[in-house]
Amino acid sequence: MAGIVSITLQNNDEARPVIESILQDNPSANANYMPGAVKIDCPERLVVKAESVSERIGRDWDPQEIHLTIVSMGGSLDEDDDELVLSWGA
Amino acid sequence: MTPPRKKKMNLKQRYALMTRGLDWETSYQKMDDVFPYDTFEGIKITDWSKWEDPFRLTMDAYWKYQGEKERKLYAVLDSFAQNNGQLGISDARYVNAIKLFLTGVTPLEYQAHRHFAHLGRHIRGAGPRVAAQMQSLDELRHAQTQIHTISHYNKYFDGFAEFPHMHDRVWYLSVPKSFFDDACTAGPFEFFTAISFAFEYVLTNLLFVPFMSGAAYNGDLATVTFGFSAQSDEARHMTLGIEVIKFMLEQHPDNLPIVQKWVDKWFWRGHKMLGLVAMMMDYMLPKRIMSWKEAWEIYFTEAGGALFEDLSRYGLRVPKYADIATEEAEHISHQNWAIFYQYTQAAGFHTWLPTDEEMAWLSEKYPNTFDKYYRPRFEMWREMEAKGERFYNNALPQLCQTCQIPMGYTEPGDPTKIGFRSTEYKGDRYHFCSDGCKDIFENEPEKFAQAWLPVHQIFQGNCGGADLGDVLKWYHMENGTDNLDYSGSPDQQQWDAWQAARKKVAG
Repeated sequence: MAGIVSITLQNNDEARPVIESILQDNPSANANYMPGAVKIDCPERLVVKAESVSERIGRDWDPQEIHLTIVSMGGSLDEDDDELVLSWGA
Repeated sequence: MTPPRKKKMNLKQRYALMTRGLDWETSYQKMDDVFPYDTFEGIKITDWSKWEDPFRLTMDAYWKYQGEKERKLYAVLDSFAQNNGQLGISDARYVNAIKLFLTGVTPLEYQAHRHFAHLGRHIRGAGPRVAAQMQSLDELRHAQTQIHTISHYNKYFDGFAEFPHMHDRVWYLSVPKSFFDDACTAGPFEFFTAISFAFEYVLTNLLFVPFMSGAAYNGDLATVTFGFSAQSDEARHMTLGIEVIKFMLEQHPDNLPIVQKWVDKWFWRGHKMLGLVAMMMDYMLPKRIMSWKEAWEIYFTEAGGALFEDLSRYGLRVPKYADIATEEAEHISHQNWAIFYQYTQAAGFHTWLPTDEEMAWLSEKYPNTFDKYYRPRFEMWREMEAKGERFYNNALPQLCQTCQIPMGYTEPGDPTKIGFRSTEYKGDRYHFCSDGCKDIFENEPEKFAQAWLPVHQIFQGNCGGADLGDVLKWYHMENGTDNLDYSGSPDQQQWDAWQAARKKVAG
């Protein structure tokens, strides 16, 4: 239980490529589906890579677009142009 | 092939230029005169430039994303209204959860807007000042979009029309109101700890995530949409909360005991206030997503556990009485719903007894407590209803001086005994529901001795008159329409007529 970070996103068309990218880039991540939203938990660290999302949607994805679909989070966040990282101890 | 990603000025540079780059040190006035409020609480800040918003959101990007959120939201709201979305909800009982939300929560969004505007002017550091300005605009947006969305329900259902008036006067709404008044009358760092950290970071998931997911499950397209739109700002508010705590703890070791006391206080106050949400989740949603106890395990025990483990490196410990709050997660929803059932005549939404199916769900979700302590009471009330002797509690309850909730909660370790605590201050005796609430009073007696307690005010003759009819008028509550049981209400009659019409069309 210790050190789980988490991100909750809406379960809609816009968030789906982000959800898929997270699950691909974080092999220990676990998605919990609830009505309207998905809570993704991961031990210690979770990364959202702009490159992975961009590949899926066929255009440049800015990590700040996460603001359109994020619902909640757990952990300390760090964001730059290429990725958004949730972790503890940062 | 995807074209390579374009490189612009990077996010960190942009953020530095658009926040600190626009700030300046005053020269012809002293900084302490320009920012008079950020020192009196005793929090020591040695270097404001150490603050950084983890999202690094700048005002230009803020407008862009907020504009997009609004466009999407209003497209859905318009469509919901145009297509008579109210017909698609699971059951009209559900609407009572929205009544509680509009009267209890929406006015807090407006209060938050006002107070973050104050912080957006009065915090010395440019980073948190900009974050507070954005949050102030967010909170105003939340208040507006909630009122706009719910105005559609107001066309068809009772209990919505007088929400701001009710918020300022009605007994159970004094619970969230006094919570926020307490925060807004504190200094800026305590407000940040109360609202941004304890509420937004530690506890808000318990309010919004189950509420919005519940709305999604109960066919309330409009509430889901405003809820998730608001919640998308919430993640940013959470980062403000955690940053402010770390910032205070990193800046000076003397800050720790002050911050710890605030964390203890606001965790406990938040836990008590969220008892209203607990009741909504376990009793008011016709289709339920998770129990309050399950939500508490996910969002406090698990997520809060990881958070406080991380913060322990600064010496911060888990809030005092967290173990008691966790024990109460087995009881609080049942006890609250029982209070509202007994006082349905003075509530601005409808009540009902859980059906057999709903009681089976409660037994399954609360194997340690529901059948043993709460089912017998609901079954007895059901028998009384069947005999035409529906139980109303006509005595006004004693209220806790701190949380303002009627004293209906039980002792830790003994769910058959009501908890009472009291203390003396300047020759008067004050009463509390718990050790947590008593501690809060004893730390700030001069503040809490002034609390506006609805029951005391009724007895003092300040609430329209001496009997229920007078007080309801003063609340702007229509007797027989806004209050009492769902069964027999105008809401129910209308809903049943809609359902009958639908059946007729279906043949």
